Amino acid sequence: MSPTDIGESTEALGCAHVWKRFGEVIANRDISLSIARGTVHAVIGENGAGKSTLMRGLYGLHSLDQGSVRIDGELIETPSVAASIKRRVGMVHQHFMLVPTLTVTENVVLGDEPVERGMLVLSRAEQKLIELGERLGLARDPALFRRRVGELSVGEAQRVEILKVLYRGAKILILDEPTAVLSPLEVDDLFAVLRRLRQDGSTIILVTHKLDEVMGLADRVTVLRRGETVLEVETGQTSAAQLAHAMVGRELAKSVRTTRQKTISPPTMRLKVESLSVRRSDGSLALDGVSFSIAAGEILGVAGVEGNGQSELALSMAGISTPERGRVRIDGQDVTALPVIARRRLGMRYVPEDRHGRGLLLDATVEDNFLLGVQEHYRRFGFVDRRRLEIDALERTKALDVRPPDLSAVARTLSGGNQQKVVIGRELAGRRDIPLSTLVCAQPTRGVDVGAIEKIHAEIERVRKDGAATLLISAELDELLALSDRIVVLFRGRIVGELEDFDQFAAGELKSRVGALMLGAA
Amino acid sequence: MNQAGNRTLERIVPPLWALLIALGAASMLIASIGGNPHQVLGLLSLGTWRSGYGFGQVLFKATPLLFTGLSVAMALEAGLFNIGAEGQITVGALAAALAGATLPVGTPHWLAIFLCVVASFAGGALVGGIAGILKAWRGSHEVITTIMLNFIVRAAMVGLGGTIFLRESVHTRPVIEAARFARFSQWLSPSLFKGSAVNDSLFLALLVCLLVWVFLNRTTAGFALRVVGASPGAAEAAGISPGRVTAWALALSGGLAGLGGCNFVLGYKYYYEDGFSGGVGFMGIAVAVLAFGSPLALIFAALLFGTLSQGGLAINAVVPKELVDVLEAVIIFAVAGTKWPVRRMLSRSSSKISSGEKT
Ligand SMILES: Nc1ncnc2c1ncn2[C@@H]1O[C@H](COP(=O)(O)OP(=O)(O)OP(=O)(O)O)[C@@H](O)[C@H]1O
Ligand SMILES: [Mg+2]
Repeated sequence: MSPTDIGESTEALGCAHVWKRFGEVIANRDISLSIARGTVHAVIGENGAGKSTLMRGLYGLHSLDQGSVRIDGELIETPSVAASIKRRVGMVHQHFMLVPTLTVTENVVLGDEPVERGMLVLSRAEQKLIELGERLGLARDPALFRRRVGELSVGEAQRVEILKVLYRGAKILILDEPTAVLSPLEVDDLFAVLRRLRQDGSTIILVTHKLDEVMGLADRVTVLRRGETVLEVETGQTSAAQLAHAMVGRELAKSVRTTRQKTISPPTMRLKVESLSVRRSDGSLALDGVSFSIAAGEILGVAGVEGNGQSELALSMAGISTPERGRVRIDGQDVTALPVIARRRLGMRYVPEDRHGRGLLLDATVEDNFLLGVQEHYRRFGFVDRRRLEIDALERTKALDVRPPDLSAVARTLSGGNQQKVVIGRELAGRRDIPLSTLVCAQPTRGVDVGAIEKIHAEIERVRKDGAATLLISAELDELLALSDRIVVLFRGRIVGELEDFDQFAAGELKSRVGALMLGAA
Repeated sequence: MNQAGNRTLERIVPPLWALLIALGAASMLIASIGGNPHQVLGLLSLGTWRSGYGFGQVLFKATPLLFTGLSVAMALEAGLFNIGAEGQITVGALAAALAGATLPVGTPHWLAIFLCVVASFAGGALVGGIAGILKAWRGSHEVITTIMLNFIVRAAMVGLGGTIFLRESVHTRPVIEAARFARFSQWLSPSLFKGSAVNDSLFLALLVCLLVWVFLNRTTAGFALRVVGASPGAAEAAGISPGRVTAWALALSGGLAGLGGCNFVLGYKYYYEDGFSGGVGFMGIAVAVLAFGSPLALIFAALLFGTLSQGGLAINAVVPKELVDVLEAVIIFAVAGTKWPVRRMLSRSSSKISSGEKT
């Protein structure tokens, strides 16, 4: 096709007047899209704006209430996954769809297994995968394909998801928040792959919350708000600020921190950790003699590439895993041997990084989720004080703008960002009987939109002002820099650097310093 | 579609569907062995709901099923599969019988009943608790331990028989008058329930149903139990110890099954008799599965299985009573088989994705 040949024939994927309702909620309201072949089209919007719903509709995972889908200019009467796969459309979902007990190769061929004389033959598939991974730079180590998915890091698993789609020969890729779980370096790698794919003529729809990704990679961008298209522009003709404004429909506050604690005198250390060591189940050291202390009203940021001990640090602070050596003190009291419940009684709160696995009861109501972990707080003569719980939960859902604001909604039906708001709303709530003393906060804004990030950051700042000692673990460097008083960098289970008094650094210098430390360069 | 409505439909449709399939299968089966389906099903309904005695017997048979069904259902809420209701009801019944027989004759009625009921609960809880502690302490799977405990209880009963049973019999001494539940035929309607053993322990069963519902949904301990069942990871983060909850949840579940022994011991024969249970412990599993965790559905399921076991006796004259065993099996299969299709049908419009979050 010549580049001058513009018109309908260059459209790879499109839809017209798509409607989708879930009960009261209108997730998609009259959405039309047209995505040109060989381009990257970003779809952005707040949590619950209807992005995933639209993607699932395009891919044929659920029926549309109204509207139609076009693939390669062909009108698809009844969109279905089978029809999409046949026309070489592939989708990577917001949540992993891999079988943890199977190997990478097995996962990739699943559903389309190469069979010879009734036997599963993986060798050729594996060869093809190795070539594909090599060519695109998605997987340079062939040993990856023999490993079980359950042993992979989230970044590796994400690449497997994309390989799986490409293996089937997809030319149109729908990627629902592929970068939410990746570290900045992994994002760069992934984007290099996506650029290569675009050069080869593939079409990519990218759902994301990160505006710099949109500006850096996409050709066009669509902004959804409450199920409607509110803006569609070429990225060359817009700015991150305009996009953010379109997403949330208002101006965002610049930064929550105005003053930073410099030196506290005399320092009242609320959380004290002395030479903490934690072993993983495979015997390796996840944390190796880590020491730090956090004062009242201070936020200590923990930076590091995923897998350098952050998860284990959060778990052992919360009291879920027991350290091999070392001491943890809250307000002077040794809590090293205390279980979670005893630490919670001392005012410790915990935002787990794994919100589906530890933060929420997915099949319970939002109200019950507001009881999780604070069940003792609402106990009256052994009974749950439902009236008080309801009042508090309503107040918190309002404060954080959880949508829909319905306490009887099942947590699973909330969009990812709104689920996170429930966790934050519960853990960071002010409670008169047990004031928040220490906050262990892991990846508080993963998969959360800019408007919600603003709210969550404001909450963290609020509890800091109230005198909590906060341990903030995050893969987002910008988040750490925006919130923390000090930052420590974890590398292979050790603290390899500590930075404070950020104002002394020139713009950009701080980031590159932390970045270098994260990679182990002292 | 409305979400809450969807969930109710999801609960109601499969059992009804299963019942229809079972009736169809039964008709074919009866016809294939040369019977007349119309006549047999007519007999079945006459022997159960369409006569006073039959109706009373249905209630009588449903009573222990309510307890064992509740026992299994409560364990399921905690994510545990209690296969041991059979052993638990046995020990519960024995405990009630021994307590009732040793009480001094002058004990007030309410106190005697109370003590015997508590004894039956404690007996069942003991057996369930052993499995619970083994699971919490050693990680032994409750399916294995509860099954094994069934055998152990069986063997213990054989061994104990010589010392606790009256000579030349397989039953214990009767409980004192004061420790007996009144029969419906004694106070409600002598003419209607004539000859039927249905007794006040049915009210105990309904009361316990209500209490269990309140416990699970309104108390913090019940909440802890549900959290452990729904997500052990979330339980840990919330400061709820999955091990400890598992231990007492199985004890509680065992206690509920143990209460089922009261129907026979305090309401019917007034003593413990070897082999009295007739498999109600295992049938409780079917009742719980059929009920899908809803207390109201549990009552219906218990009535359904009560109807079938009573109906088996009624049709024995024309066809083998094992026919109802087949019916029970078909119902269970049909429910298990329709649960998914129904879900899919109802959720076609909504998301089909339910895997782990990428975090
Ligand atoms: N299966 C479902 N049942 C009921 N409501 C649903 C269902 N799926 C989505 N919704 C609702 O539809 C709306 C849009 O959800 P969707 O998952 O598309 O949002 P999203 O834009 O992808 O958000 P996020 O950025 O948080 O992933 C939300 O209000 C959500 O609660
Ligand atoms: Mg989404």
